[in-house]
Amino acid sequence: MTGPIPGTGVDLAESRPAARTRSPLRRHGLRRAGLVGWLFILPALAFYAVFVLRPILVTFQYSLYTWDGIGPSTWAGFGNYVKVFTDPGLFASILNAVKLIVFFSAIPVVLGLAIASTIRRIATSRLALVARTVIFLPQVIPLVAAGIAWSWLLSSTGVVNQVLTYLGLGGITRAWLGDFSTALPAVGVIGAWVLLGLCTLLLLAGMSKIDPALFEAARLDGAGPMREFLSIVLPSLRQEIAVCVTVTVIAALASFDIVYISTQGGPGNATMVPGLEIYYLAFSERRVGVASALAVVLMLLVIAVALPIQRLTRDRSS
Amino acid sequence: MIIARREAWTGRLLLVLLMAITLLPFLSLFVTALHPSGTYPPGLSWPGEPHWENFAHAFQVARMGELLKSSTLIVLGVVPLSLVIATMAGFAIGHLRTAGRNVVFIAFVLGLTLPFEGIITPLYYQVRDMGLLNTRWAIILPLIGLFMPFSVFWMRAHFVNMPEELSESARIDGANVWQLFWRVHVPLAMPAISSLAILLFLWTWNQFLLAIVLVDDPLKRTMSGALGAFQGQWGTDIPLLCAGSLLILAPTLLIFLIFQRRFVTALLQGSLKG
Repeated sequence: MTGPIPGTGVDLAESRPAARTRSPLRRHGLRRAGLVGWLFILPALAFYAVFVLRPILVTFQYSLYTWDGIGPSTWAGFGNYVKVFTDPGLFASILNAVKLIVFFSAIPVVLGLAIASTIRRIATSRLALVARTVIFLPQVIPLVAAGIAWSWLLSSTGVVNQVLTYLGLGGITRAWLGDFSTALPAVGVIGAWVLLGLCTLLLLAGMSKIDPALFEAARLDGAGPMREFLSIVLPSLRQEIAVCVTVTVIAALASFDIVYISTQGGPGNATMVPGLEIYYLAFSERRVGVASALAVVLMLLVIAVALPIQRLTRDRSS
Repeated sequence: MIIARREAWTGRLLLVLLMAITLLPFLSLFVTALHPSGTYPPGLSWPGEPHWENFAHAFQVARMGELLKSSTLIVLGVVPLSLVIATMAGFAIGHLRTAGRNVVFIAFVLGLTLPFEGIITPLYYQVRDMGLLNTRWAIILPLIGLFMPFSVFWMRAHFVNMPEELSESARIDGANVWQLFWRVHVPLAMPAISSLAILLFLWTWNQFLLAIVLVDDPLKRTMSGALGAFQGQWGTDIPLLCAGSLLILAPTLLIFLIFQRRFVTALLQGSLKG
């Protein structure tokens, strides 16, 4: 397998014998590579600088001004940031994103672990191979399509209510995405559906790398499935779990497509998330400064979450 | 032995359940799409008489032919160029070990987790000032930049593991760096490059935010962006919406089923980006 194995993260340390770099040929090659190497990097760096680095800096710049996108802008200092944290509507969008982590991240990872350790033994059966393809489908289709399909499933006449009625729970049926108290969890369910398959397969791949002798030894020592899970599976899967958590938490914090399609942030602002709020603020309400301040907060939030998780696995595994 | 067998059966049951939950939304879309246009069919129910013509109708009103062309053009704009320049950069950072590579690499890594919403506002004004708003370039050029951190990260990981001797013997044979790259390293990197191609294709095809912000005309968007517009226009006609959704997700589904093994491997490996 080529490419980074999930969870390896950023590996700056290069393990090469020091002696080789001292050979005259290598030194010659290195010096030549200095200039030529930069020519190889330049195109990638140019695209990155123009379409990512510059916009990041400009977002920060915009966030310090009050601007409607057309007329002149006025200096606002950190006023926009104060608004992000004091305006109840804006801050609620950040809180909603944090709440979505439960659905986008906790459920797929915990459920994924449970499923993967149950099907570990039959991972090579024909059924499992078919399942591998099927449970990957949500990763392949546009999130927009997932949003449309689930909006229909969760509607007042949808399948979810049909099943509930069949089970004798007709009393709790409702338009799940239109109800103030259930809209956010309903959006969360869509996210959980999208991410569950990915987490399961990632964790399953990790489990297949565990030495089978470990399990045999544990069984001989009289360990039950639970004990086996806690002492063998969980510690061995640290990296895979870290990847699952990172990917899913980012998906929760930066959610946009699913919410845009299924609720547009409603009812009221019950499902408003930062990504959608930025879009509305910048392109409907024309409050570019506030939108940019929220964007900066969102970017920092994602880095603040992603970095420690990567660090954690890095330190312990090395 | 008995425990193992019982476990296997619970495992099978779980798998079937998991597959059923995964397939349920697709099934619901499908049966709903067969109901008479404009009706509100209840949940999962097979229509008295399946209206297959809904698909033809949706194909027509969604202008699928043009959408397919548009998405294909955008993918062709993004993927090949991204592959070439990311492979070059990954080669320089991972194999040539150019001086100052670590600084560049860290700069790229910082972009790995960037949420696109974070920079969409300045991107809009930048693309407008470049005069590219409402053209496919408005999606293509920023996407190349936005995918670059992952692409470089991915290709570097491949080149870091390439043995030094390979390049040394090629150099002794008189090859310059350019020839070394194209004749020796690119052919060897093909597995990594093709996996990256799959991921970039998928992410481009399914890109939604850039499409709805930077391009007004649904016919110049990606499939995903067009589906958003389709929902806005036909959202009240549920069977038609379902038929249109199925048509619009069909191409990725088809390509996935053809290349499924590569897809699953690539996506699992690439999930660091997610």
